[in-house]
Amino acid sequence: MRSDPNGRAPLPLKLAAAAGLLFLHLPILLIFVYAFTTEEKSYQWPPPGLTLQWFAVTWNRPDVWQALQLSVQVASIATAIALVLGTLCAAAISSSKFFGREAISLLVILPIALPGIITGISLRSAFSLMEIPFSTWTIMLGHATFCVVVVYNNAVARFRRTSGSMIEASMDLGAKGLQTFRHVVLPNIGTALVAGGMLAFALSFDEVIVTTFTAGQQQTLPIWMLEELIRPRQRPVTNVVAMVVVLVTLLPILAAYYLTRDGDQIAGSGK
Amino acid sequence: MANMTSAVSFQKVSRHFGSVRAVDGVDLDIRSGEFFAMLGPSGSGKTTCLRLIAGFEQPTAGHIAIFGESADGVPPYRRNVNTVFQDYALFPHLNVLDNVAYGLMVKGVAKAERMSKAEEALKLVQLPGYGGRRPGQLSGGQRQRVALARALVNEPKVLLLDEPLGALDLKLRENMQEELKLLQKALGITFVFVTHDQGEALSMADRVAVFNNGRVAQIGTPEEIYQKPQTRFVADFVGSSNVLPPDFVKRYSGQNRWGSLRPEAIRITRATSGDGVPARVLSLHYMGAATRLALDAQGLRLNATLPAGAALPEQGESVVLTFNRESLHVMEDGA
Repeated sequence: MRSDPNGRAPLPLKLAAAAGLLFLHLPILLIFVYAFTTEEKSYQWPPPGLTLQWFAVTWNRPDVWQALQLSVQVASIATAIALVLGTLCAAAISSSKFFGREAISLLVILPIALPGIITGISLRSAFSLMEIPFSTWTIMLGHATFCVVVVYNNAVARFRRTSGSMIEASMDLGAKGLQTFRHVVLPNIGTALVAGGMLAFALSFDEVIVTTFTAGQQQTLPIWMLEELIRPRQRPVTNVVAMVVVLVTLLPILAAYYLTRDGDQIAGSGK
Repeated sequence: MANMTSAVSFQKVSRHFGSVRAVDGVDLDIRSGEFFAMLGPSGSGKTTCLRLIAGFEQPTAGHIAIFGESADGVPPYRRNVNTVFQDYALFPHLNVLDNVAYGLMVKGVAKAERMSKAEEALKLVQLPGYGGRRPGQLSGGQRQRVALARALVNEPKVLLLDEPLGALDLKLRENMQEELKLLQKALGITFVFVTHDQGEALSMADRVAVFNNGRVAQIGTPEEIYQKPQTRFVADFVGSSNVLPPDFVKRYSGQNRWGSLRPEAIRITRATSGDGVPARVLSLHYMGAATRLALDAQGLRLNATLPAGAALPEQGESVVLTFNRESLHVMEDGA
């Protein structure tokens, strides 16, 4: 069935769409509002008063800073690991045909399809079995399992659009492996890698389940927030942090969206 | 040892992919400065041979020498050979000038020098002033010229062309054939040209190698390939010659071998009987400069072409075919 040529949707459909969007985004606004409330023990509606004091309180809490630092650290390293492994894997899968190629492709993507709790439990038992103490590194490895997928998916899509003979052309013109990578491969997959890296970073930054299973005493920011919700003191601090997290994860995702959109145009213009 | 005057020499070269013998024991000697065509249907091994010269493939067995130097294990970036790819393989993220200058850039040629050389190369392929454009803004024919300039700017000893005209329309293709030929004569570089179009190979090349099933069926000048095909395959693939069975050939030449007879060598007399081969006209195809006739000579299907203006028999009419003994070419294929 074709849609209305005027592009006009009936009113009930518009209302339903608006209601859906409100349902998705109003709760987030609520969190922002509670960051300014004067009531610190419970979430009371409407807020009895508005204040900016929680921003100062949050700023001065060392545990917030520790958690934030750990999260940034974990997300950065996990993303770095994912960028290297995901790109190499995508290059291998897209540029050559070998026995078991589809199976490997599936196995790489599997961690993101599996429920986080399965990944978490299996990693925890594997780490215990190998007698690896839980540390920041085990969290990073845990996060890398699903970060690789995001980078891989972005890179493999771009590799498929990149003509394979371009790499041969580069070698034919006298470029060695590293020169070809720098002058031909990287410029063609660069935006896809930045986009994949940003998505990976955002995924890692707010990950809870796998982190719970792979962390020792360390608290990443989302874990810290969960703990904080149970305690009845300085509740709006959590909301201030939540606001920051929303911004920190939203911006890279938006950037990734625009980067891959441009990438499509670049790839298309080469046709 | 390879002949010093040969640009590329293959000695018993094979390239197998698993159980597939893409190239199977090929001997070739491409002379310095010649326009050499490798002709064959798809899957005949001609493109693999080109990739072996470029260095994208290494032979499973045998040896390749380029200007007397062994190419065994030499990677593509250390061969003084450049390729014009079938899909051109221009770099979409670079403008035309940077595309052409790429080979000089990776070799560390100073920027001013490589830019002026690239500009010169663009002039050579009649695209001066196109340097600032992106490959995506060019037409197919222009991209093809950029690919040519990008290869030639490196002053290769051998230029490899992988079906470079395949993606162009007929008019453009004819122009480019002419231009490539002139360019090759002017530069004196050895051109190795892969094509499945026999007309292209015959009109452009100094010598042609006809490939079939990973082997070279015949090497020779276009005239030799066309007039004196050595095998049934060559006779059939190059210009749809009439392939005659041994019992027919035996009657005229006394040799019990397969023969070939060019369609234009057949003369047609409108008669029901006479000195010659009786036949019946199955159909006529008007082709402008000539008319092609399909004939049934007592069960043997033959093609004949008559020039424009010749008296044409009618469909279904009985005719008598004659030809000069010399035009019946006896091939190497035995009965």
